[in-house]
Amino acid sequence: MTTWTDYLTTDSPSSRRQARLGQLYRQWLAFKRNPLAVAGLVIVVALLLIAAFAPLIAPHNPLAQNLDKRLLPPSAVNFFGTDSLGRDIFSRIVYGARVTLVIVLLVVITVGPVGLLIGATSGYLGGWVDRLLMRITDVFLAFPRLVLALAFVAALGPGLENAVIAIAITAWPPYARVARAETLIIRQQDYIAAVRLQGASQWRIVWKHVVPLCLPSLIVRTTLDMAGIILTAAGLGFLGLGAQPPIPEWGAMISAGREQIFDQWWVATFPGLAICVVALGFNLLGDGLRDVMDQR
Amino acid sequence: MTTSNISWGGRSAVWGRIAGRELSTVAITFFGLLLVTFLIARVIPIDPVLAVVGDNAKADVYDAARAALGLDKPLWQQFATYVGKVFTGDLGKSVLTSNLVTDDIKRVFPATLELATLGTLIGVALGVPLGVLAAVYQGRWPDQLARLIGLFGYSVPVFWFGLMGLLLFYAKLGWVAGPGRISVAYQDFVDPITGVLVIDAALQGEWEAFRDAWSHLILPAAVLGLLSVAYISRMARSFMITELQQQYVIAARVKGMSEFRVIWRHALRNAFVPLITVIALSYAQLLEGSVLTETIFAWPGLGRYITNSLLNADMNAVLGGTLVVGAVFIGVNLLSDILGRLVDPRTR
Amino acid sequence: MRALTTPTEQPLLELDNLRVNFHTPTGIVRAVRGLSFTLGRERLGIVGESGSGKSMTGRAILDLIPYPGEVLADRLVYRGQDLLTMDKRTRRKLRGRHISMVMQDPKFSLNPVQTVGEQIAEAYRVHHKASVREARERSLVMLEAVQIREPGRVYELYPHEVSGGMGQRVMIAMMLIAEPDILIADEPTSALDVTVQLQILKILDDLVTERGMGLIFISHDLHLVQSFCDRVIVMYGGKAMETLPAAELADEAARSQRHPYTLGLLGCLPDLDHPKAKLATLTRDPAWLA
Repeated sequence: MTTWTDYLTTDSPSSRRQARLGQLYRQWLAFKRNPLAVAGLVIVVALLLIAAFAPLIAPHNPLAQNLDKRLLPPSAVNFFGTDSLGRDIFSRIVYGARVTLVIVLLVVITVGPVGLLIGATSGYLGGWVDRLLMRITDVFLAFPRLVLALAFVAALGPGLENAVIAIAITAWPPYARVARAETLIIRQQDYIAAVRLQGASQWRIVWKHVVPLCLPSLIVRTTLDMAGIILTAAGLGFLGLGAQPPIPEWGAMISAGREQIFDQWWVATFPGLAICVVALGFNLLGDGLRDVMDQR
Repeated sequence: MTTSNISWGGRSAVWGRIAGRELSTVAITFFGLLLVTFLIARVIPIDPVLAVVGDNAKADVYDAARAALGLDKPLWQQFATYVGKVFTGDLGKSVLTSNLVTDDIKRVFPATLELATLGTLIGVALGVPLGVLAAVYQGRWPDQLARLIGLFGYSVPVFWFGLMGLLLFYAKLGWVAGPGRISVAYQDFVDPITGVLVIDAALQGEWEAFRDAWSHLILPAAVLGLLSVAYISRMARSFMITELQQQYVIAARVKGMSEFRVIWRHALRNAFVPLITVIALSYAQLLEGSVLTETIFAWPGLGRYITNSLLNADMNAVLGGTLVVGAVFIGVNLLSDILGRLVDPRTR
Repeated sequence: MRALTTPTEQPLLELDNLRVNFHTPTGIVRAVRGLSFTLGRERLGIVGESGSGKSMTGRAILDLIPYPGEVLADRLVYRGQDLLTMDKRTRRKLRGRHISMVMQDPKFSLNPVQTVGEQIAEAYRVHHKASVREARERSLVMLEAVQIREPGRVYELYPHEVSGGMGQRVMIAMMLIAEPDILIADEPTSALDVTVQLQILKILDDLVTERGMGLIFISHDLHLVQSFCDRVIVMYGGKAMETLPAAELADEAARSQRHPYTLGLLGCLPDLDHPKAKLATLTRDPAWLA
């Protein structure tokens, strides 16, 4: 064990990999000291596990209706009670983790690279390219995100895919901004000038030197953004514009429980708690990562 | 005795340049806003012609209606017509209410303004002190508490939070009134002067109506306020941390000033310069938050107008509302920029 | 304040074995490790490289070491009053009124959103019950004392509207308006143009002499300290290497008795009268810190 620690914490690493691993190790040590960040990590890992093993965890079929067991309060059989169609709310929340995860992943997969590329290109090339791209970014930033997503869904029609597209369209500008700001700083560094003197092409510099250095702040940004994406998706679901029934989407579940909020409080309360906990997990994790990775 | 005294001529020239830059930014952004709403209207799968003539219209009737709507013209011409209409205040007719969208928005906007304003006031009153304390006790428990409150505000779905608020404070405790803006009993007590109910009621001395309107207003405003507290406290913390590291803070301590005055008079006054922008942004964000909050609280404002129109596929109303919210966003941004410059003697 | 019958007998400040430690996650950083000196109504210079602990010494005397840091000493006495056992509040009241400090760069040490006049008046009103008008009058007099020609106009200016030299005069006015006994000047001229450095030093010197104050002059500039101070402490790594009368620094004859670090510092200075082909670099001996 000690040899590993020695290998990782040495002041004079003998290879590039050792240096990189050593840095990761030190960041992990710093991360571990922050209990809130660790709590965030635990929540996110739990979400992944619950989504992966949903059939094993959920005691009931999330879609099975049973009108004899409508609106039952929480009990040993139905931990979180049942909804107006007699479905087990706990099982629906467990399966809902999958829906949430799918939305978040799809949005991030589309938005991350697009924002990174636009931002890095804009920042590195400068001039009219920069001005044009940043103007477009500004226009999208000028819109309130949820309202724009609403307008898009209204145009595209309700549904899970369209919700993802609408969120993605509204979510990329901040990424582009962050990537551009990072690029502007990196571009001025002397070692970029050195790489350029060695004759590297523009694209090589952007891809091999600028993009990797933007990554830490983008990872932080993405993690913090996950919560926003989850909330926007839940908002769309709540308005009936996201995932359509009978898909167990948390926002839609709250909407379904709205009618009974004063009499059967559990129907709307538990899905909302699930959203809260998961969003909080991503926020705590992102916050902790920022402290560790993004010293600026 | 050299002072870097800028002459008045030079100063107004600088201001002219700044104003010019700001205005062109606003113009371009607003143009983009129009373009996006226009394009959204064009990609809708619903055929606007069919909506007018009905599904079984003959081809010549269809074409005539199409020409009447200007849809046979090239896209850029249609866009030009659209821009022209927007600038004359014509956002079309709402299918749902059969009023002009402009009139509808004029009617519902004060309610949203009332909500967002009180929400922001709550956000500032709680968020700024919280952020300051977090910065002063950086890394210790007040900081962790502020961090937790901030992260909670960022993590809670506002519509769910509103429901929980109703459940607890209205249904269980009975501290506040339920959904709606005012009880039916007081519905016609107050004549609209400003459109903001609590102000109108106070102006007319209708104190019972005022109490009733206030008790309807406070819960949704507090729900929105929490979002604002989260954002403002986090930003206030980060600005204060920067300021507290400055040399002038040490100088103030050297003078023998109490820590209280060093923090709240010297450091906070400096942190307030960037905070103005943050407060303005948070105000604009509350307009957005009001979309979902108003739905929960049956609040007859712009947010509910947009969502209602949306659910009824009333695109003129949706795009009109979107445009107005976007325009307010741009306006507030501009205003905060100007205000920030005015407060800072270095850019005044 | 007690009147001193024989000012020469009681020192203004006595320091014995002063230590400043910072507890960081990676261990304890010792910024000052056992510094002792006594200050009378004189000009005492502290020289050293950056990181030698000279600024931390000034901050420790003022009780301005930030949170993870701690100040320890066997003795820390201001005119017979024990600073170590004094409560924070009384200690705070000593600041500005009895011990004050002029900082390096007026650009950063003046509050940017307050007029310079307000800042000076504020320093007066912290310690004296005075009306706004009275404080303003005092501030204008003080501005005149630091040789500002139009005090009425300058009073209304914001810090970004004054030059570095004028900013530092304002700073001196602000820190001396409550008439302290001890002034700590922490690199007071290193952020200024060379042309105004001497003016500022002259003003500082006149005021200190006129009011019979004790001055602790912190600097990295040997020449400056040598010509400006009565006595010099040479610091390295948080410790005093040696204490000597300023005159002896220049004394060629006494060179052999100097500490090797002092000689090193002297050796790496260029000298117009005796040009050297290559300036010496400092060599440091870990044994000095033992």
